[in-house]
Amino acid sequence: MLRGLWRLTWLEIKIFIREPLGLIGTVGLPVLIYVGLGRLLGPREGRVPPGVPRFVSVDLPIFTSLLITASAVVSLVAIIAIYREGGILKRLRATPLRAHTILTAHVIVKLLLTAVTLAVMVLVGRRYYPVPTTVPLVSFTVALLFSTLSILSLGFLIASVVPTARFAQPIATLVLYPMLGLSGLFVPVESLPPLLQTVARALPLTYAVSLLRGIWRGESWFRHVDDVAVLTLMFLVFMAASAKVFRWE
Amino acid sequence: MRSRVHAGDGKHCFGLKSSDCVTPEPVIHVAAIRKTYGRTVAVDGVSFDVQPGEIFGLIGPNGAGKTTTMECVEGLRTPDRGVISVLGLDPRRHVYALQERIGVQLQEAQLQKRIKVWEAVALWASLYRKPVEGDRLIEQLGLSDKRNAWFMTLSGGQKQRLFIALALINDPELVFLDELTTGLDPQARRAIWDLVRGIRQRGKTVFLTTHLMEEAERLCDRVAIIDHGRIIDIGSPAELVRRNSPERSVIVVTEDSTALERFRAIPQIDSVSSQGLQFTIRGREDDLVTQVIHCLAEHRIRVIEFRTELPTLEDVFLKLTGHKIRD
Repeated sequence: MLRGLWRLTWLEIKIFIREPLGLIGTVGLPVLIYVGLGRLLGPREGRVPPGVPRFVSVDLPIFTSLLITASAVVSLVAIIAIYREGGILKRLRATPLRAHTILTAHVIVKLLLTAVTLAVMVLVGRRYYPVPTTVPLVSFTVALLFSTLSILSLGFLIASVVPTARFAQPIATLVLYPMLGLSGLFVPVESLPPLLQTVARALPLTYAVSLLRGIWRGESWFRHVDDVAVLTLMFLVFMAASAKVFRWE
Repeated sequence: MRSRVHAGDGKHCFGLKSSDCVTPEPVIHVAAIRKTYGRTVAVDGVSFDVQPGEIFGLIGPNGAGKTTTMECVEGLRTPDRGVISVLGLDPRRHVYALQERIGVQLQEAQLQKRIKVWEAVALWASLYRKPVEGDRLIEQLGLSDKRNAWFMTLSGGQKQRLFIALALINDPELVFLDELTTGLDPQARRAIWDLVRGIRQRGKTVFLTTHLMEEAERLCDRVAIIDHGRIIDIGSPAELVRRNSPERSVIVVTEDSTALERFRAIPQIDSVSSQGLQFTIRGREDDLVTQVIHCLAEHRIRVIEFRTELPTLEDVFLKLTGHKIRD
């Protein structure tokens, strides 16, 4: 059913582009934040202005990359919920399309979108926040897509349990953005209160931050085998769980 | 592939009543299926056969179990008990083989808001092994000028025509239509009925559900009345009316003062009632109307108005289920 998959993926990309709000929200916003923060607070001529928070001066690309991921996940949850409520999922399933093909198409769309947004961000933002030549951009893109895939699986789990399309976006936002706060991006995990540290270590974003930060700095993948392992494990667990509870209608 | 041969045989029966054919293999065979959701019994021991080339309707109020029954036959749901065979296949075990040969229109289905008509048709065409030509189908269903329109901009009738196009894209032997005309205005409804008759004329079998008695009466060769998950009666609309509501009435408006007396003298009538100048003569004999006309002629009664009222499927439904169909 590969032909069906490409057709559906291509169609979903076109349909996504036709909705201006979705495009602005998922592509425009992270780029805007990157350019805006980079321009206001980014390093000038190699020097960081004093008093700028670390997540901007050092981790701005990581932060905005994860914003891309988070909005991809929120958008996936919303789309699945809307498609379910409108009977679109059911209608597609009553064709020779395999169930997983329908969901895979959406994952591919989100991954492509993530990669494109990252590229736009780096290109548009290079005046204000130039990416150092030491950064392995291809490796970083792979790491971001890998993290996104893992967190998209959490999105499927959320999409499986949200009662109606109206709640999909708020619930997904409520789950994802606080996760970003605990991920070690703003405050190192080690300096969190013990309870929050435990919570942070159970969240996929924490491992995504560790992996992305490391790859950005030019560290080797081998140093982040544990991050990759945890993200893979979480992907498998979330997929297995959502396969159990996913509702098509 | 045995069933394919039988389905082909069915086409020879087209144009004849199913009883004229030598025992055609049914296209759909449903035996004693039951489906529960928690403690609610949605379908309770439903059995019926659908013959090749007919339009078969499942009629009943909302929540009677129509859609659940249909979706079990389509392979979208699994009944808790019972046997279903569609074109000789088991809809659960051979769901993908079956989908190549059936066309499905689901109740209250939607598509992506911003998918274009031609894109939906092209996507569907790409999913089947032997699709018909998409553009011709778009034209046949009168959607040519909406080819590039987004789904969300289509009217209710246009959406349903698109769904019929999608259901026909694989040139199916059997087409399922679930509440096809619900929410459409009468004009769009009539246009859709013509399309459905066209589907049958191409030798296909149609299985539909509706809660509109008029639709069932005008469209279906045979109907099954379902209520509370059980089938109450099956037959052609005329058969059902004859069997369940044999009484018919003749209404006469006349100024003749002897009329009441004369009508009462007609043999084998059930009752005569009068309301001002209007008389209603009820009976169950086939020649009731002839008798009344004869009586009018014999006594030279001057008639201002004359009409007959035959019971409709709606009356039958009311009688069998004890309640009006809910909209």
